[in-house]
Amino acid sequence: MRVGLFVTCLVDLLCPEVGVATARLLQRAGHQVEFPEGQTCCGQPAFNSGYRAEAAGVLHQTLRALAATDAEAYVAPAGSCTTMIRTFAAELVGDDDPDLRVVAPRLFELSEFLASHGSALAGRLEPPRRVAYHDSCHMLRELGLAREPREALGRVAGVELADWDSERCCGFGGTFSMRQPELSVAMADEKLRTLASADTLCGADPSCLMHMRGRLERIGREEVAVRHLAELLEEATRP
Amino acid sequence: MSAVPSLTGTTLRERERWALGGDGRLQSALRRTTDNLDGRRRRGLDELEDPETLRQTARSLRTAAVARLPELLGRLADRVQAAGGTVFFAADAEEARAHVLGICARRGAKLAVKSKSMVSEEIELGARLAEAGIEALETDLGEWAQQLDGEPPAHILGPAMHKTPADWVRVLGTVGYDGDESAPAMTAFARRTLRDKFHAADVGITGVNLAVAESGTLVIVSNEGNARMSSTVPPVQIALMGMERVVADWAEADLLLALLGRAGAGVSFPTYVSAITGPRRPRERDGPQELHLVVLDNGRSRILAGASREALNCIRCGACLNACPVYRQIGGHAYGSVYSGPIGAVISPLLLDDVPEAAELSHASSLCGACWAACPVGIPLHELLLEGRRREAAGGGDRAERAAWRAWAQAWSHPRLYGLTGAPARARIPERLLPPPLREWARGRTVPHRAGATFRARWRRGEVLE
Repeated sequence: MRVGLFVTCLVDLLCPEVGVATARLLQRAGHQVEFPEGQTCCGQPAFNSGYRAEAAGVLHQTLRALAATDAEAYVAPAGSCTTMIRTFAAELVGDDDPDLRVVAPRLFELSEFLASHGSALAGRLEPPRRVAYHDSCHMLRELGLAREPREALGRVAGVELADWDSERCCGFGGTFSMRQPELSVAMADEKLRTLASADTLCGADPSCLMHMRGRLERIGREEVAVRHLAELLEEATRP
Repeated sequence: MSAVPSLTGTTLRERERWALGGDGRLQSALRRTTDNLDGRRRRGLDELEDPETLRQTARSLRTAAVARLPELLGRLADRVQAAGGTVFFAADAEEARAHVLGICARRGAKLAVKSKSMVSEEIELGARLAEAGIEALETDLGEWAQQLDGEPPAHILGPAMHKTPADWVRVLGTVGYDGDESAPAMTAFARRTLRDKFHAADVGITGVNLAVAESGTLVIVSNEGNARMSSTVPPVQIALMGMERVVADWAEADLLLALLGRAGAGVSFPTYVSAITGPRRPRERDGPQELHLVVLDNGRSRILAGASREALNCIRCGACLNACPVYRQIGGHAYGSVYSGPIGAVISPLLLDDVPEAAELSHASSLCGACWAACPVGIPLHELLLEGRRREAAGGGDRAERAAWRAWAQAWSHPRLYGLTGAPARARIPERLLPPPLREWARGRTVPHRAGATFRARWRRGEVLE
């Protein structure tokens, strides 16, 4: 399948290795990967702050760039940005926006896409890991994706899923994390205190991971590896 | 912890710091009580055969009732009056207070017993009665503790849920309790003390959970039976309700009561449900001689007319507070408003439109949506919080913030400018030289930095695919 990568601004600018892992995974699953270069951001930071016109301008640019490649499917390594386009974008640009109509029905979060177009991907992690999977809020509650990422991890030998407070918000919340840093950090601590039994923290939203990684490093818990789902799967399926 | 901060003159962040700056006892009490109540809610709703369908049914019934609010309120008023009660529509808090005071003055009241009423807190009735020389005693155990402590309630349903057993001993000690932390002993003490007050009271003041338009019945729910005492023992009952509490008929009331009990306390039906239609009739043995209903607007018409109308569907169960990860950290008082938690963050800016500090309450949320998932009537609270932020930004917001978003939008609407503004993310900058938002980030977290080139640069160089 011809897949357009919606890499998201955060991955492009701060953690490109997640984008590389995503592209290679899709390639290994037999897809032809394209990267529509005109994409920037889904507009969510401004949208969540109440600045809708500003959000709409940026969203338009990204939708236009994605739609122009007319891929058969679009994949993003971020549940939150996927939600922005699938669920909230219509409020900003109207549900009759031609670019939105091309992109939204074909846009999938990575594990969601792999569930139907990459389930043959199996692999092994050596040494084995105890993985705490983080349910990011938009992905869990708006997209209803809880089974898919766990099944993707379940296809990897050497992964044992750890029990923890997976569904509670980590406290990132976009600009919330900088507007109210004390609260945001307290929320991270609340969640991370249940992490004891895992050696790896894994999620499908780079923003939450950036927040929790930053907190774990600051409190001296570097022994917990923080990895995006795409990175773990890429590592496990290396030829 | 120091005294509860007031909304005026403080920022949300300052109040959050106040709540987070203690010794952690607040958070451990919140963790214990909200986990307990949220767990009860889950189990209570899971017992139902198809909770999601009931939730959707309740949502559409509430939406329909709110859509025909004037008509239902008219019918309710007719029926209440036909049953012998009086009805007063108060446009604002002052009208409501003056009306209540007028009734008390006419009866020469000295002592009023109150059961739990968020509306009475909203209109600050207690302080006004005290000024007039009327003792207004809270009879809900938690509210009583808060009153004795000089603190407002911290939760819609469990006003003193943040108090530890040791706090309880201290508080009850001020009115003569000399026992230990045993709940039965404290409860027995409260019962003995309050029972005399019920008998001596001139007026009973209650809230209203639901008002059934078709029969003119006020439905009042409590877990301790104090609402029933307040509404039947004193010779006069004054019932206060927000104008959105009206429901069309008993079928709607039946469903909402089942959801209220389960969502709020995990019980299949609330412990005490009083259904009051008019005052005592001839030949009846109990009930008040007079029943006065006060229906409060106080900003609700503004909510009704705007994009947050669905907030009026709320049945005040408190489930969204118990599920909220923000409430779990800061508790009710940090909101600075009578209504806390997600529902409070939605309605307080609208109810308090003359208090500029209230506008930013819509930021007391990470927008995680746990409130929406927990709400038994399916209110999309996270979307209403977003609506609040939109309203705040449109109303002027912060000038520097607006300018920053404009500049951001202009740059990131062009891939080339986006590339230029994004590129410096590679360098490691000393924290003291970081721009302000990142400095805030760095307070508790290491600052992320990119290893190597951006994704798009790697793509152009052909380094991405195998």
